[in-house]
Amino acid sequence: MRTDLGKVRGLGSAKGGTSHWWAQRVTAIGLVPLTVWFIVSLAALTGADHPTMVAWISNPFVTVLLSLFIISGFYHLKLGGQVIIEDYVHQDGVKLVSLLLLKFATLAVGLASFVALLKISFGS
Amino acid sequence: MAEFSLPANSKVKKGKTHKAPEGATNVRNFHVYRWNEEDGENPHVDTYEVDMDKCGPMVLDALIKIKDEEDSTLTFRRSCREGVCGSCAMNVDGTNTLACTKSCDDVAGDVHINPLPHMDVVKDLVVDMSNFYAQYASIEPWMKTKTPTPANKERLQSHEDREKLDGLYECILCACCSTSCPSYWWNSDKYLGPAVLLQSYRWLADSRDEFTGERLDELEDPFRLYRCHTIMNCANTCPKGLNPAKAIADIKKLMVERQG
Repeated sequence: MRTDLGKVRGLGSAKGGTSHWWAQRVTAIGLVPLTVWFIVSLAALTGADHPTMVAWISNPFVTVLLSLFIISGFYHLKLGGQVIIEDYVHQDGVKLVSLLLLKFATLAVGLASFVALLKISFGS
Repeated sequence: MAEFSLPANSKVKKGKTHKAPEGATNVRNFHVYRWNEEDGENPHVDTYEVDMDKCGPMVLDALIKIKDEEDSTLTFRRSCREGVCGSCAMNVDGTNTLACTKSCDDVAGDVHINPLPHMDVVKDLVVDMSNFYAQYASIEPWMKTKTPTPANKERLQSHEDREKLDGLYECILCACCSTSCPSYWWNSDKYLGPAVLLQSYRWLADSRDEFTGERLDELEDPFRLYRCHTIMNCANTCPKGLNPAKAIADIKKLMVERQG
């Protein structure tokens, strides 16, 4: 029995969303050079042995760039994944569970990657 | 989940073929979506043979000829027949457009005509526009000011400021763009869609309007505005050649600008 305008006005504006959208753009821009650098570096290191890889990762510049790559990559994944779930998943329960899983998974895997990087970089 | 296949009672079946009259010289097939709630049947596509030598050039001319001469039950909206009213918006040859400004010659082969995508069908090519119109009403599409109306004169606007409304004021709210947008298909209950956002920007861009901040407050929402993922179907399909995606990008720019 609700009016169409009543349904559209709904719960009102969330007065937010800009920072989420902007963070997604900023991480995207940052990831362009980082991804190119990451792929080019790995290609150059094809066939390298274990000590060479460890030495490369332990270089402070490489450690910083890899940290940026991991942090912005997983943050971007979390932001983008959230938008996809909100777009396509419409049952409230499934939506809540998938959003939680996404947030936990990106944080856990991102943190694991970062800790692994630090351990290698600082020699366990 | 978003639905990617049609429910059983929405599967489109093959319908009847209406033959062109004897002696037709230049026959063309029009495949038109039909659905009538009252007969309880699935939607079906009827084929109408039209003698193009005795028909006007536009898709709407063919539809009117079909309704007049072959099948009076065919239902569609139309009014101005010159692209200013927006009534005859429908999907022709896979793209949303106005039947009255779409030339039959621009379609290769048979002409396929369907209602605007992902809208509730009322009958045949007529769709339920209630939500779309309510969304338009929700953005309060009129000039809002704190300054009282000047006595005995107009609210002035420079030529440069007036030019900022070009590409916005021409929108006739036919809904071709909104119903071409996948984001609008999945979330039209909350996402305002390209047409309404373009209309909203028309007031944001108007130098005489004084409620820019309040308008932005109302739009700043993960669903109302930020469901736009720059898919650009809107700009591709607009029968008036407008670019709703650019208007939405301009709204996002204002959002970032006021945050610093």
